[in-house]
Amino acid sequence: MSNDDLKKRRVKGPDGIEFEVNPMEDYFCTERPHPESPANRILEKFFNWARSESVWILGYGTGCGAIEMRPLMTPRFDAYRFGIQWRPTPRQSNLLMVSGYLSVKTLKRVIRSYEQMQNPKFVMALGSCTINGGMYWDSYNTINRLDHYLPVDVYVAGCMPRPESILAGLEELKKRIRAGKGEGANTYIENLDWYKANQKKIIKDWDMPDYNW
Amino acid sequence: MTFHWMQIVYALVSLFIVLNVGLVIQGIVRKIGARLGRRYGIRWYQPYLDLFKNYAMRSTVSHGIMFYLGPVFRLSGGIGLFLFMPVIYGSAWFQNFSGSGDLILLAYFIFFGTLGMALGAGEGGHPYSAIGITRGLSQMTAAEVPLILAIIAIAVQYQTLSVTDIVAAQQGSILNWTLFTNPLATVAAMLGFLGSMMRSPFDVVLAPQEIPIGPPTEFHSNFLAVLQTNRAIFPMAKTILYVNLFFGGATNWPVLIVKVFLLYMWPVFIGVAFPRFRVDQSIRWFLRIPALIGILAILFI
Ligand code: SF4
Repeated sequence: MSNDDLKKRRVKGPDGIEFEVNPMEDYFCTERPHPESPANRILEKFFNWARSESVWILGYGTGCGAIEMRPLMTPRFDAYRFGIQWRPTPRQSNLLMVSGYLSVKTLKRVIRSYEQMQNPKFVMALGSCTINGGMYWDSYNTINRLDHYLPVDVYVAGCMPRPESILAGLEELKKRIRAGKGEGANTYIENLDWYKANQKKIIKDWDMPDYNW
Repeated sequence: MTFHWMQIVYALVSLFIVLNVGLVIQGIVRKIGARLGRRYGIRWYQPYLDLFKNYAMRSTVSHGIMFYLGPVFRLSGGIGLFLFMPVIYGSAWFQNFSGSGDLILLAYFIFFGTLGMALGAGEGGHPYSAIGITRGLSQMTAAEVPLILAIIAIAVQYQTLSVTDIVAAQQGSILNWTLFTNPLATVAAMLGFLGSMMRSPFDVVLAPQEIPIGPPTEFHSNFLAVLQTNRAIFPMAKTILYVNLFFGGATNWPVLIVKVFLLYMWPVFIGVAFPRFRVDQSIRWFLRIPALIGILAILFI
């Protein structure tokens, strides 16, 4: 899709009738999102416990770190016993696991996937590439710090992080969620303008609405 | 059978019990699967946590009215199936509304949820949903054939469509079970059973590896939680129906739970032992041997 495809235009249907298409409104929702406040205190405690014990991961295998997700699932490390499971669709996932370097091209897709997830949602970034660019820090087409573009809950250091450290990172995330600090989704929406400015600064061909529901 | 208001309360109690048994069995089954794969596996109460978590999600995105109704239809398919058959034979408490419905209605309920789900997922507009639905409906239709043939066979055999009467006819000795009086129908139905339990080799509908993840791709938060609730109730309800029709019903909860658990293990066992069929293969499979056995069952009553 290019930017021209998103312009309002008249098209002729197969039956010969001409009609107007406005892709931004017809295909996307342009309404601005709003933060969702937590439920009352006691209920929220219970909810946070349930959330922390049932983390569904959307694995975004952009870089080398994605390799470590396989041993995490299989017998040696078996993350399932900690209530961690994998989901193939952003709609149902709570945790976006961004692994390794993020090229500008992929960043766009990562943002879309993140925005399609439901509140509350968390981000975990694997490897030094997401922290400071790692060995790609002066590359022309990768980003250097993920949390300029998405609110990151936990960074796992290493190049690449071993499954043990990812598990430790997940435990850290659970602690954060239980303490009620897993509010990345709200942070993101409250500072949407800042995040969007950062994102648009680096993604030159911005061809999607400001928030992808 | 006359209707008392108390029956509604009884029905809710039995629904609650079955929901819990369903969730626990779900957890145990996944645990067994994990142990076979030499993993420790999820905790047995993980399905509860997932359910709570999904009900606790804060935001939902809707795609239209049918999108709301899809999960509701699916759940009412499961609950409807459950409500119109006797859970515990001879118990006033757990008769549900078995006096008001018959086998035809139950057969309809088995299909109803899938149809509603198809409409709902269709409105989600995700291409993977559409693929999942096409696969699901075709396979479901094929899997229903042996089941319906078996139902016709036992309806002719017992000269009734009432599930309560069919259970009543099987009381006494174990040899009165349909399993022994009409083995062909039982075999056909048991093969059809595999089709709707969403396990290998017939789980290409959800196939998370290739079409993430079939019809529910767009369903999330509370919608998904409703679907999960049904995921606990529907297989239980269907298994209880099988216990009633072919395995002599049950006169108390322990017997029911044991029978249901053993029956539930049948598709699980097949599932861990066999790889996945493609849809065209599975349809051909259902329409050959199981359907043939079903026809023979009707011929040899
Ligand atoms: S941190 Fe290391 S392992 Fe991870 S993506 Fe960067 S270079 Fe690869």
